[in-house]
Amino acid sequence: MIEIHNLQKSYGDINILKNIDLTIDDGEIYGLVGRSGAGKSTLLRCINGLEKYNFGSLKVNGFDIKEHSDEEIRHFRKNIGMIFQHFSLMERKTVYQNVALPMECWNYPKAEIDKRVKELLKIVDIEDKIHEKPRSLSGGQKQRVAIARALSLNPKILLCDEATSALDPKTTQSILLLLRKINETLGIAIVFVTHQMSIVRQFCHKVCILENGEIMAKGVVSDIFSNQPQALKNLLGEEEEEVLPSHGINIKITYSEANVNDRVLSDMAQKLDIGFSLVWAKTEQYSDRVLGWVILNVDEENVPIVGKYLDDVSARWEVLYNEQ
Amino acid sequence: MSNNHAYDLLHTILVPEFLKTLYMVISATVLSTIIGMLLAVILIITYKEGLKPNKYIYEILTTFINIVRSFPFIILIVAIIPVTRAIVGSSIGEKAAIIPLTIAGAPFIARIIEGSLREVDKELIEAVKSFGATNFQIIFKVMLPEAVPSVISGITLAIISILGCTAMAGAVGAGGLGAIAITYGYANFDNTIMYGTVCVLIILVQIIQSIGNFLYKVLK
Repeated sequence: MIEIHNLQKSYGDINILKNIDLTIDDGEIYGLVGRSGAGKSTLLRCINGLEKYNFGSLKVNGFDIKEHSDEEIRHFRKNIGMIFQHFSLMERKTVYQNVALPMECWNYPKAEIDKRVKELLKIVDIEDKIHEKPRSLSGGQKQRVAIARALSLNPKILLCDEATSALDPKTTQSILLLLRKINETLGIAIVFVTHQMSIVRQFCHKVCILENGEIMAKGVVSDIFSNQPQALKNLLGEEEEEVLPSHGINIKITYSEANVNDRVLSDMAQKLDIGFSLVWAKTEQYSDRVLGWVILNVDEENVPIVGKYLDDVSARWEVLYNEQ
Repeated sequence: MSNNHAYDLLHTILVPEFLKTLYMVISATVLSTIIGMLLAVILIITYKEGLKPNKYIYEILTTFINIVRSFPFIILIVAIIPVTRAIVGSSIGEKAAIIPLTIAGAPFIARIIEGSLREVDKELIEAVKSFGATNFQIIFKVMLPEAVPSVISGITLAIISILGCTAMAGAVGAGGLGAIAITYGYANFDNTIMYGTVCVLIILVQIIQSIGNFLYKVLK
């Protein structure tokens, strides 16, 4: 478990991280998102001590790097694997040698290294490339090798720094599938830094949105997406802007997993016997549930009737006002 | 010029002096590389973004290297005669020339290796730190092996520049091909010998560069 309390970091006068409070539980997939320069990669590096912080505390299973020597931190890092945007493999070593490197550094016996490397390459599904050099591998294959290397010392946490940002969408999906498999079968917690909201939406359990070194929103992914805090809207930018009709009143209904399959609209049309038009609708798949939004355009005099009906069936709704 | 004269020239002068040049270049390169490597490793560790930043050690070392590198080689030979005498026992001959050649070569090679090490991907170094490697392992197991091709092409450059310096050392009594070109060729108004020696040097440089390129290709 990673517990971060009131963490602060600055370079000279510039505050990189301010008042960070965050808890990441065992086995969780936690997304850290924000624009470039928001401090997400720095926060990630504070977890395994690649970056030091100035105030506050950061404990990984009770171990706070602030209170330990460099030598103790070195041992502590065995518990945390890390992968990077550009894979960070040794170009002049083979796949086998790359995966074996951490174990060699910790003086594992040769036979054990051999067994573990083969086992890991099987997990990441790249056994056939065992004696190739990274140069002859594709981006996705290189990241698989990097994942195998990160898992070699049996860590409990895997840190991913923009691990899919250099990959095409299809390869990204296959790497995410692999990471989820690792999370589920080995119970390894994953902290995933990214700027791609689509990845957070389908891959992460929880998310924390950083802006200028501060946490603007955090929580379960589907809650964040359904509540749409300002920080999320800032990140998504214009992507999600809806064009609404300027006549009548627009009502937005949010479906959560409980009523997503209910026939709210058709029931309402039948029971109330009033006309409305469907302006916009969207359903999205999250790592653990499905959420949907519908925007209706209703004549102004019918708003109270529709509102009462929606309240009665306990649907979440709000009236949207055009800004112009 | 009779055939006999050319034969004598080849056997009594060109071949032994060529071997002397080879001896000076190889010894000076080996010594410079060892010392240069050591200096480069210290520079890279103490550099402000290095593994153990230390402003004082870095600044002192870097200033020292710059000072040595500012000496024109011919002045360096003369300036360090006392040092050469103390180590070799003489300031004349090819053995004596190795000392100034090494002193000039080591800082050059140190800068080349420092540059190569600095080019090693920062993310790779972070990755290696992230699984708890020691600084010793980071340098010797990761940075140096990754930098080998670029170190090799740097050393090729250094060998050729050391070869150039041996000619200058020849002017102050070290012997070697440079000495032949000057004493037997230039001073004796014998263009055949002068240009002949230059041709040998050209061929030598070509060979060194080709070997360097080949090694770079294979290792990369």
